[in-house]
Amino acid sequence: MKRSPFVRDLLIAVAAIGLLALLPAAFPAKAVSDFVIRLSALAIFATSLNLLVGYGGMVSFGHGLFYGLGAYSFALLMQKAGTSVPVAFALAVLINAGVATVIGAICIRLKEIYFSFLTLAFQMLLHSCIIAWTSVTGGDQGLTGGLPRPPFLGIHLGEPRQLYLFCCVVLVVSLLLMRHFVQSPFGYTLRMIRDNPRRAGFLGIRVWRIQLLAFVVAGVFGGIGGLLMSLFVSSAYPDFAYWTVSGEAVFMILLGGMGVFLGPLAGAAILLLLNDMVTRFTEHYSLVLGIVILVFALGLRKGLLGTAADLWVRWRAPAARQPAKG
Amino acid sequence: MLTVENLRKSFGGVSAMNGVSLAFAEGSLTAVIGPNGAGKTTFFNLITGAFRPDSGRVLLGGDDIAGLSAPEIVKRGIGRAFQIASIFPSFTVRDAIRAAVNAHQGRHARLLQRFPIAEAESRADEVMELVGLGSRAGVASGNLSHGDQKLLDIALALALEPRVLLLDEPTAGMGPEERWQMIETVHQLWERKKMTLIFIEHDMDIVFKYAQTIRVLSYGTVLAEGTPDEVRRHPKVIEAYLGAHFETGVHAGTQRP
Repeated sequence: MKRSPFVRDLLIAVAAIGLLALLPAAFPAKAVSDFVIRLSALAIFATSLNLLVGYGGMVSFGHGLFYGLGAYSFALLMQKAGTSVPVAFALAVLINAGVATVIGAICIRLKEIYFSFLTLAFQMLLHSCIIAWTSVTGGDQGLTGGLPRPPFLGIHLGEPRQLYLFCCVVLVVSLLLMRHFVQSPFGYTLRMIRDNPRRAGFLGIRVWRIQLLAFVVAGVFGGIGGLLMSLFVSSAYPDFAYWTVSGEAVFMILLGGMGVFLGPLAGAAILLLLNDMVTRFTEHYSLVLGIVILVFALGLRKGLLGTAADLWVRWRAPAARQPAKG
Repeated sequence: MLTVENLRKSFGGVSAMNGVSLAFAEGSLTAVIGPNGAGKTTFFNLITGAFRPDSGRVLLGGDDIAGLSAPEIVKRGIGRAFQIASIFPSFTVRDAIRAAVNAHQGRHARLLQRFPIAEAESRADEVMELVGLGSRAGVASGNLSHGDQKLLDIALALALEPRVLLLDEPTAGMGPEERWQMIETVHQLWERKKMTLIFIEHDMDIVFKYAQTIRVLSYGTVLAEGTPDEVRRHPKVIEAYLGAHFETGVHAGTQRP
């Protein structure tokens, strides 16, 4: 019997969690599990941005706002309000959704480059607030004193192994949910708007509503990415909300490929690996990164997974690659 | 019944629509003709909410829809296709029509279901069959031939089950043979779906063969209206548009192959 696509995705997700759970047994080095944790935060973040960029055609330069907001709202709730992890998680999601609704409603009124720069402006506004509001945020030092991680439901995130598993599960569940959203009627409507917003309007679609919904969904998952990072570093830093974070997410999407759902995940892995490897050999990290991005921009326009997917299609069905008539 | 009353619109001081009043009977097949710049597409844009009229009313079944947004007007039952096919290039033909059906059925913002939705399938199949795109269902819209893209554009509008369908030059950019095929498809649609169909057309052979009634626009005003015979003999139309030679039948139109 043919399985439904959702069941197939679910099985892949379960298998992925199983593999990730076994990974530390095969590679016990702490560097490996730390890599996966950082990857989980950045992959969720980059994939959430790709909902806007790849599926919605809305190039946000300020998506780091939600990464920073998720990290700070979660960390502050844990540290200052003393809430439990699930409550802080849920509240951070709600805060991100609320802020995304307000900022989205303003930004999506603008198109293209104006949209991009307005999102960037809002991000820098948050960054300035974090720097200036020293009494709450710790200013440019970030939150000091570490995050308390009281156990919940028998899960103790102070334990590195449990933190690792927690991040893996959040990563896979977040990707599964986002995958489901892009394959939903909403996801297809979003792509219609990307292809031809005017025509979408003449099909009775209120374009701004769909774009706002996309902005909020992306903001929520972007926040979950930041939240995982704050759990990992046991703090939150103003850098999380700096514009370079948004830039890195755009690089990840370009490196992995925006046309493939898991492209940003692959891109996040590439960027992290580059970061870890290159800094070991040279201090000129930016130079190497620049060259890599140049290679992708000139030669691998569709990113690593996009190019791989093209090759796969060509190999599987040579006839399908024939140009259509007319 | 679609009625426009004293419709006016100007762009930066240039008057594009200068007090047009017209009525289109329920279930009629009407051609809108006129020289370039006569205001034909502007007329469609004003009815469908692409532009807001400066003044005047657009009445659909008694309700004034002038000034409503395009999505709101679509919901009232006016669909349109464009002079340059307006489609979704990354979508296959079937997915594009499914997505349009979702929009019509109000299911296009659902996050938790998987696309395609079972309830939309029969309607999507019917629409593809209506325009004869069934054999190209799996082809990416952007790879379709020009004529098929025009058909898909019409199919997207049909997915909305419109009471009134506006087609802006359905045969634009086609060879003679393709033109007759296209207009034949459009005519069959009209006969089967019993909707009010208004089309803009430059090919006079097609206009006079297929239209029940004709409206002639010129410089944003109504030059003439009536049956094909009445319009053909209208002195103002001959003078301004058709030219004297048309009456005699010696003209460079496209004869049916």
